[in-house]
Amino acid sequence: MKGYTWRISLIVAFIVASVLYLTPTLVTTLPTWWTDMMLPKDKIHLGLDLQGGTHLVMEVETQKAVEGSLDLIATDLEDSLTTDNLRYKSIARVGSDKVQLSLYDRGTADKVQAVVKKKYPDMELIPAIDEGGFVSMQLRINEKEAQVRKDRAVAQALETIRNRIDQFGVSEPVIQREGLTNIVVQLPGIKDPKRAIELIGKTARLEFKLVDESVNPATAATTGLPEDSEILYEKRTDPATGAVSETPIAVKKKAIITGDLLTDAQIRIDSQYNQPYVAIDFNSTGARLFDQVTAANVGKRFAIVLDSNVYSAPVIRERISGGSAQISGSFTEKEAADLAIVLRAGSLPAPVKILQNVTVGPSLGKESIRKGLMAGMIGVALVFVFMAIYYKVSGLVANFGMVLNIFFLMGALSALGATLTLPGIAAIVLLVGISVDANVLIFERIREELRLGKTPHAALDAGYDKAFLTIMDSHVTALITAAVLFQFGTGPVKGFAVSLSLGIIINLFTSLVSTKVIFDAFLERFHVKRLSI
Amino acid sequence: MELLRKTNIDFIGMRKISFIISGIVAILGILGIIAIGRGTANMGIDFSGGTSMQLKFAQPVTTQGVRDALAKGGLKEVDLQEITGGNQMLVKMHSDKTAANVEEILTQQLPQNPFTVESSTEIGPSIGEKLKKDTLVAVALSMLGIILYIAWRFDFKFGVAAVVATMHDVLAIIAVFYVMHKEVNILLITAVLTIAGYSLTDTVVVFDRIRENMHKSLKDPMVTIFNRSINEVLSRTIITSLTTFLAASSLYFFGGEVINDFAFALVVGVLVATYSSVFVASPIVALWEKAPVPAETKAA
Repeated sequence: MKGYTWRISLIVAFIVASVLYLTPTLVTTLPTWWTDMMLPKDKIHLGLDLQGGTHLVMEVETQKAVEGSLDLIATDLEDSLTTDNLRYKSIARVGSDKVQLSLYDRGTADKVQAVVKKKYPDMELIPAIDEGGFVSMQLRINEKEAQVRKDRAVAQALETIRNRIDQFGVSEPVIQREGLTNIVVQLPGIKDPKRAIELIGKTARLEFKLVDESVNPATAATTGLPEDSEILYEKRTDPATGAVSETPIAVKKKAIITGDLLTDAQIRIDSQYNQPYVAIDFNSTGARLFDQVTAANVGKRFAIVLDSNVYSAPVIRERISGGSAQISGSFTEKEAADLAIVLRAGSLPAPVKILQNVTVGPSLGKESIRKGLMAGMIGVALVFVFMAIYYKVSGLVANFGMVLNIFFLMGALSALGATLTLPGIAAIVLLVGISVDANVLIFERIREELRLGKTPHAALDAGYDKAFLTIMDSHVTALITAAVLFQFGTGPVKGFAVSLSLGIIINLFTSLVSTKVIFDAFLERFHVKRLSI
Repeated sequence: MELLRKTNIDFIGMRKISFIISGIVAILGILGIIAIGRGTANMGIDFSGGTSMQLKFAQPVTTQGVRDALAKGGLKEVDLQEITGGNQMLVKMHSDKTAANVEEILTQQLPQNPFTVESSTEIGPSIGEKLKKDTLVAVALSMLGIILYIAWRFDFKFGVAAVVATMHDVLAIIAVFYVMHKEVNILLITAVLTIAGYSLTDTVVVFDRIRENMHKSLKDPMVTIFNRSINEVLSRTIITSLTTFLAASSLYFFGGEVINDFAFALVVGVLVATYSSVFVASPIVALWEKAPVPAETKAA
């Protein structure tokens, strides 16, 4: 039998490669010459189910982003009509895709129509109609434009979330867009998942609104509110008892300054009361606006509103120029630090809804690895002993193939940067059993050929030849399902599919080539009268 | 060593019994699929949406104790399952109550028994809907792939029988889970698809031998050829399954709680796959081949 040198070289090459790729995983600290020689230094990636951590799927409520931009258009139109001296009754968003303008007469309506057309050429203008003594006109955002805004909102949310996570400090986070509206976030090894989720999911829309002193918030429910005002609540937690109290405050709907005008936010500690607060700095536009507003409203109160919750409502004592302010409220140091992070990273363009939250504690992950290894070792031992007893020396050859199979698979997983999950470990254990199957088919065939009176050599070749097609069949169908699982599975299931399909492909090599070359080499060196099978 | 030297069992002759058994299993499996489709089976939260948590208590707990504590806090519809060893408890809810609710209530109600949350999973209904759709596509694609491969590899009769045997194995796993009221989740689907891919191995071994023998001895009656073929390959059918069975059962016994059901599905799958190659796939072809008049002319 000639030509087994190249097969042995190939096996040795694979062994060397696997050792190289597995060393970083098995050795705690790599020697410096290792990294100097540019040898692989990545460990096998562990899935969140094994190393612990949080996997989040969030949906950006993109419709809200569209509504938000329509609200902005309404405010903007109010401003420009006021500057153009065009009188209007009201301008507001109606439904999810329209802005409605209500005007006093036809003449103004025509002028307004011209202004609107010039300012928002992309919007669809629905002709004005007379309605109960007023002229009403509607602007509609078209489907395509709305889609663009939705898309932008998701991209922006992704960026903001990435910013927040970076500032929060998580090692190797995964932040990805999935589908049209979803964002997937993976935070490996995170210790306080609740805090992280709160930080990521907060819209963090910061607004400064003037307090409407003409309204008594306590009786507003019965007496009614002016159209441009709303009731918001200030939540206070008593640090001693933990009781939460809610105080209603009437504020103007229109925000005078919003969070996009911030340049920085930092946590500080009030030296007098030892209370944490967040110091914020505005950019030049914000500073100018803040200066104007405070100058015009000395003695009045303004409310600092975050996501429709009033943090505090201080009295403006004097004009504040310089563009700094502070947000105080009843929060802990951690809460203040997180607030500073979200303000720095910016607000989300639309609220996000958490669709899926999978959190695995680190101890469960360790336990899973331990048990998975245990099951694997027992599986290997059972199969090993069985094969050795049943097929004697040949069984040992098959066992060698099985061990190679697992070893190459681990090396391949490491080299490809694949992620090992608990079901992935299960796939490897299962593979221990499947791995020797090919050899069982071959050996049974060899036994048959030997019974027909063939020489060991001829029986061996015939066994490998005739079992080949059957082995291919079972491998191909197993690969079909593994490929489908890979395509559709997420996280753990994908890990299963990767381990299984790689293992099955490698098995073709280890069970057909590796075991055969051992037999060939042996039969050539020694004159064998009887096969130990 | 040899397990079986030379057997001479009349497998095809046992078809009446085996068809009845397989028929019942298949019907149960179909009932299980209907129950899954209607959501009345024991659905995992990955399909139905909801919350599941694994809690580890400092001291021993009973399901009744945790159930009472949760009920006092206003959480009534809860599935609890004790995990053997380590004072652990699985909490599953299909409502929109969150893991934070459970934590809060248990901290208040069981102050003397502190606990840690080993894992928690919250899944919104929309994710479940998407997963259901994806699963249907995945199952359909796998089946189509296997059928196409079989169609290419075998002639018609053998192909149909192989497909029937594969379907049988899939239905059998679902039937067992349905009858035992075990949870239907994405890991079960993974196990089912894995077995669907694996199950063909045994069938192919038997079929290959049948075809070989059909070419060798044209005079023998079909039933004889089939029985001889199955008997000839019986030991390898059993041994290939046995090795996989050993691996799957060590997963079942030692792999831990998280993949216990998954390993169970694999164990069941390996067993039924072996059974079906001998008792389902082969008899179908044997009966079909035995029919003296080709099916087409008979129909006409």
